[in-house]
Amino acid sequence: MNYLFDPRHWSGADSIPTLIGEHLLYSLIALAIAAIIAVPLGIYIGVTGKGVFLIAGLANALRALPSVGLLILLVLLISPAFPSKMGYILPSLIVLVLLAVPPILTNTYAGVRAVDAAAVDAARGMGFRTMKILTDVQLPCSLPLVLSGVRSALLQIISTATIAAYISLGGLGRLLIDGKAQNDYSQMVAGAVLVALLALFFDQLLAFITRRVVSPGLTRRTIKSASPAEPVKTPVTV
Amino acid sequence: MNFEWLGRQSDNIVFLLGWHVLLAVIPLILGLLIALPLGWWAHRSRRIYPLLVGVAGLLYTVPSLALFVLLPLVLGTKILDPLNIVAALTIYTVALLVRVVADALESVPEDTVQAAKAMGYRGYQSLLKVELPVGVPVISAGLRVAAVSNVSLVSVAALLGIPQLGSLFTQGFQLRFFTPIIAGIVLCVVLAMILDGLIILLNRWLTPWTPKVVAS
Repeated sequence: MNYLFDPRHWSGADSIPTLIGEHLLYSLIALAIAAIIAVPLGIYIGVTGKGVFLIAGLANALRALPSVGLLILLVLLISPAFPSKMGYILPSLIVLVLLAVPPILTNTYAGVRAVDAAAVDAARGMGFRTMKILTDVQLPCSLPLVLSGVRSALLQIISTATIAAYISLGGLGRLLIDGKAQNDYSQMVAGAVLVALLALFFDQLLAFITRRVVSPGLTRRTIKSASPAEPVKTPVTV
Repeated sequence: MNFEWLGRQSDNIVFLLGWHVLLAVIPLILGLLIALPLGWWAHRSRRIYPLLVGVAGLLYTVPSLALFVLLPLVLGTKILDPLNIVAALTIYTVALLVRVVADALESVPEDTVQAAKAMGYRGYQSLLKVELPVGVPVISAGLRVAAVSNVSLVSVAALLGIPQLGSLFTQGFQLRFFTPIIAGIVLCVVLAMILDGLIILLNRWLTPWTPKVVAS
């Protein structure tokens, strides 16, 4: 724990706050790119039913691929073309996006599929056009599953971004890899604790966001002010 | 691909593959053995279920490399001890399977449980001979996910210098040499597929009453 509480490690070029910042920057960029790809694609497949084979195949195949191997393979392939820092940032981002797409894609697809067909019919009966059904009915109803996909994608990204320190990406993984290289176990522990805390924090943050943005009507949690103070008692007649 | 190199290295690759299999399979079995009673407990008690599932979720959140490094503090092992990897992957497997086992037992139709009771099965007999077998398909679906992700997670341990197929990745990186990397990726994927297939077969063997369709 010495490393973590040494004030020298909290300011300067390779300080802990800088590493946390880098870790977050790479993670959020990868998450944004993955979401931009996976959410529309998931909605399209869910609504039209085209390309369902992509969902099952992709998710299983990518889970079996070892991320360390993929990362190193891409660095060796890409880095000769980019002499600067992009040589390892680009492959890292590609791997992070690749790992984040399947959970978001499968969950968005499942979310759109799981929307109550009666709700869609009712909306159509009320004169909603297809686009409005999508934005006002199908998307809000599938939001819990979409967000749970985003949540597992972000955890996967934070975890893999740590590993990417091996191919010299910045971020908290630096403490683990450099600590290993310098035989400095306390530096490794500091890195491990910080990465675990970062992951736990973002997991809880997304759980909180989910609770806030998902319509209470879907989760069967009643809003306090909306529920009657006294439950209506039905008279018992025998 | 340099096949000549592969030929010369075949002894070493088989050695790494053996370690990889051990490091992926032992936690899978240990994890299942621990998750079965915990899942049953979560299934029995409405108060325990959210607690166990919540703790499992938190444990599952901790990134693998961080867990590999933190476990020596808890276990008193050396950082290079393969035991850390076994312990970490066992934790992930338990975290994944506790909920699966509880949900599997929950999925057993109440009629079936009642029928077993009427035929004279006692509590634990009904659990072992009726409820658990009926829940096997759900449990094996969870086990497949755990098996495949364990195979991938083991290779992360190469960054700490613990020998298994992931060592081919670090070796290839240091030598700027594609052959070991591609060989490692292919062997990892094949190993994951074999484990996955074995669990599918085991599931079919344990549930002979289900119609013979390809499990997905």
